[in-house]
Amino acid sequence: MAINVRVPAPLRKLTKNQAEIQANGTNIKELIEDLEKNFPGIKERICDETGKVRKFINIYVNEEDVRFLQQDETSLKDGDEVSIIPAIAGG
Amino acid sequence: MNLTEEQIERYSRQILLPNVGGKGQEKLLNAKVLIIGAGGLGSPCALYLASAGIGKIGIVDFDNVELNNLQRQVLHSTKDVGTPKVESAKKTLKSINPDLQLITYNLRLTSENISEVIKDYDIIVDGSDNFPTRYLVNDACVLSAKPLSHGGIFRFDGQAITIIPGESACYRCLFPEPPPPGLVPSCQEAGILGAVAGIIGTIQANEVLKYILEIGNLLTGKLLVFNALDSSFRQVKVPKDPKCPICGENPTVTKLIDYEQFCNIS
Repeated sequence: MAINVRVPAPLRKLTKNQAEIQANGTNIKELIEDLEKNFPGIKERICDETGKVRKFINIYVNEEDVRFLQQDETSLKDGDEVSIIPAIAGG
Repeated sequence: MNLTEEQIERYSRQILLPNVGGKGQEKLLNAKVLIIGAGGLGSPCALYLASAGIGKIGIVDFDNVELNNLQRQVLHSTKDVGTPKVESAKKTLKSINPDLQLITYNLRLTSENISEVIKDYDIIVDGSDNFPTRYLVNDACVLSAKPLSHGGIFRFDGQAITIIPGESACYRCLFPEPPPPGLVPSCQEAGILGAVAGIIGTIQANEVLKYILEIGNLLTGKLLVFNALDSSFRQVKVPKDPKCPICGENPTVTKLIDYEQFCNIS
């Protein structure tokens, strides 16, 4: 199950500056655990203490925001593209 | 309103466009646009809007020009360093288009003053540089039913979305709450490539022009995501959120909030 994950600039320190990484998981929850295994520290940047995705970060499967699908239970299939998109405030 | 000979000449290349014409130009000349921030985003946006013949532009900023601004804030020049950004912006924009009515607001927007500032404008452009202002602007625009063009930049990344309150998703439908202090680098020290500001600010100007001219499709209900390193533009869907804290069915934000100003780099 190869999922292509697009990593936003603020998290790239944790992914050795890679903007795109491959990860595995049948849903978002598993995908985040897999990311954490390979890039320790990334989960606490994406999720709060209760394990929920933070309110200023969205996760998209292809073009869809998982908050409007099944949140972290949203299922993934081979070839899906997951984007992690945080709020950015610079101007 | 009749266009003068000089106006017909000045704006001829856009009057020629089938969707614009003299009627469209008159709409632009009658339009009132407020730009929040005369920085990286506000600069290119204001240049294109003033050039296109927007009749009245308001600019809000309380900073003075600094040397380190000039790498991206193309409204200002070396000789403007140390002077208020709104004054420098006014000088530049008036020299491009003397017909422009330019209103300057050398102040920090707060929950107390923002409603009064945005009141007289047709559309608002958010080119601010911090989360507290961005949420304040979104909330004020939703509560006052003012269209808003939002743009944000960080390092090599940019985002833009257009918000038509009541019709399309607002910024809180996209990101319900600002990050707590310390979690997200939000200030200029994080670095920004000047051209990224130019691209996103110009997209905001384009959104304003389309809104006023009533042409094309606005960036409503979708977030444009730009990455400069791979020159990619992508769009993701942004539905109106029934649980949105300000424009949802049971709003919890019913008055304007002054979030704490913060600047932390992690």
